[in-house]
Amino acid sequence: MSTVVLLLFTGLGLGALYFLVAAGLSLIYGLMGVLNFAHGAFLTLGAFTGWEIARRTGSDNWGTFLLSLLVGAAAGAAFAAFTEFVLIRRLYQRHIEQVLITVGLSLAAVALFDGIWGTDPVFIQGPAWFKETTEILGARVPNDRFVCIIAAVLVLLALVYFLKNTRYGMIIRAGVENRSMVTALGIDVRKAFTLVFTIGGAAAGLGGVLASHYFGYVSPMLGGSLLIFAFIVTVIGGLGSLTGAAIAAVAVALLQQFANFYLGGTGDFVVVLALALVLLFRPSGLLGRTS
Amino acid sequence: MSAAAETRPILRIAGLNAHIAGQQVVEDVSFTVPATGITALLGRNGVGKTSTIKAIIGLIDRTGAVELDGVRIEKEPTFRIIRSGVGYVPEDREVFSKLTVAENLRLAERDAAPRRRLVEELFPDLLARSAQMAGTLSGGQQQMVSLARALLNTNKILLVDEPTKGLAPKIVAEVAETLAEAAKTVPILLVEQNLHVVRQLAAGAVVLSGGRVVHTGSALEFLDDADLTQRLLGVSAEPSAERMAVAPAGARTGNPAGKGAAQ
Repeated sequence: MSTVVLLLFTGLGLGALYFLVAAGLSLIYGLMGVLNFAHGAFLTLGAFTGWEIARRTGSDNWGTFLLSLLVGAAAGAAFAAFTEFVLIRRLYQRHIEQVLITVGLSLAAVALFDGIWGTDPVFIQGPAWFKETTEILGARVPNDRFVCIIAAVLVLLALVYFLKNTRYGMIIRAGVENRSMVTALGIDVRKAFTLVFTIGGAAAGLGGVLASHYFGYVSPMLGGSLLIFAFIVTVIGGLGSLTGAAIAAVAVALLQQFANFYLGGTGDFVVVLALALVLLFRPSGLLGRTS
Repeated sequence: MSAAAETRPILRIAGLNAHIAGQQVVEDVSFTVPATGITALLGRNGVGKTSTIKAIIGLIDRTGAVELDGVRIEKEPTFRIIRSGVGYVPEDREVFSKLTVAENLRLAERDAAPRRRLVEELFPDLLARSAQMAGTLSGGQQQMVSLARALLNTNKILLVDEPTKGLAPKIVAEVAETLAEAAKTVPILLVEQNLHVVRQLAAGAVVLSGGRVVHTGSALEFLDDADLTQRLLGVSAEPSAERMAVAPAGARTGNPAGKGAAQ
């Protein structure tokens, strides 16, 4: 029983990270049709800037941790806004060019991070409480898992509130459904594009800081390794669906964790199999439009 | 509006060409829409009527001149063209199905003082359904939402694309009545396959064939010419007398017949 509980919370913690990356990916694709391969770079930048804050101000207190979350999210947001405004804006509806430029940007960003912080992982420590465990039904669950889960739930609630209760949220929901009709109502949808990129970058940057504590290190490849699973989550959840991304993130992470433990380390294989099954039998994903 | 302004066309199209996926769908189209009444844009299926409407507001790639109330707008992005005073009612309604009726309408509000009361008077049913998801409405109700979105704002022209398509006869009559009412205050360029509705509403007619303008003039004269309608539309319009009996009052009062569309 304790193993199941431990896998459950570890899976939920990992699912929280997947969600923080996939939320932006899903909204960006849903609204703009952009497959953003540079999204992992937003996460990595957030993780490194968060680590820099921790390194410079003392990593073992809550104030520093909260500041690193804030700065990591801001760094991810700024990088994403820059990407949309300078690179993507000229390439809407040109999907091949979008893929090329976002893949190129992700490679260039990794090279830049290598140059600044080196190719080796840098290890990070959070508040002392993170190293402790909490016993739940006999399982000793690392506390940092709870932080990831709580942060992801708060981000989900904030995004849902934003999408449901603000004019820009309404524009984004409408744009995911029919972008050209939003424009035909006299709305400058480009502002929504920049906003969605910025929000997605902030969530990824936040996810980067949390991922660095979840895994205990930051490396230039951190974003890329999470991005693959975030893409899978985005497709399974349904392109453009935030709730779908949340459900799929949890499902994928739990599947991965349990398969890794009970099926001899086949977690990644099982996740890809799940993706194949979804594409075969429900190509629009759990809650989205057709991919 | 001054007399001079009323005689000036509200919309002038000159040498409009448009392409979709590399294929030319509108070819050197030129016509004008007067500042009052309803002008029908007619033609068989696939001749470029919807493409012409979309090209006017820049939803598809196009070249040529588009002048709204004396101001060239063809270089502007779609949202600015709409903001300059164009109401667009698309073919197939295109309501946002996952937004409520109220959200669909709020999204369309661009004036500081949107005409909510007018919309409530014209479409009382929408008020009762304001919390309902637009995707769960009937086709007729969705058309009302689509029309309401355009009527919420003060426009210089309405571009209305096949508003009666797929609707039951009773709803078609309601839509026609709404358009007639709207036409009292704003000129309309109307794409419509239902010639009964065209006969009821339109003063002028522009007829397209193969992406080109092949006829302009009075809508009634065109529809009364059986040979011409057969040749250009592939159907014969019914005689006007009995049909006109059900025409909404004032439907064609704003636009002197025959002056609606001069190339």
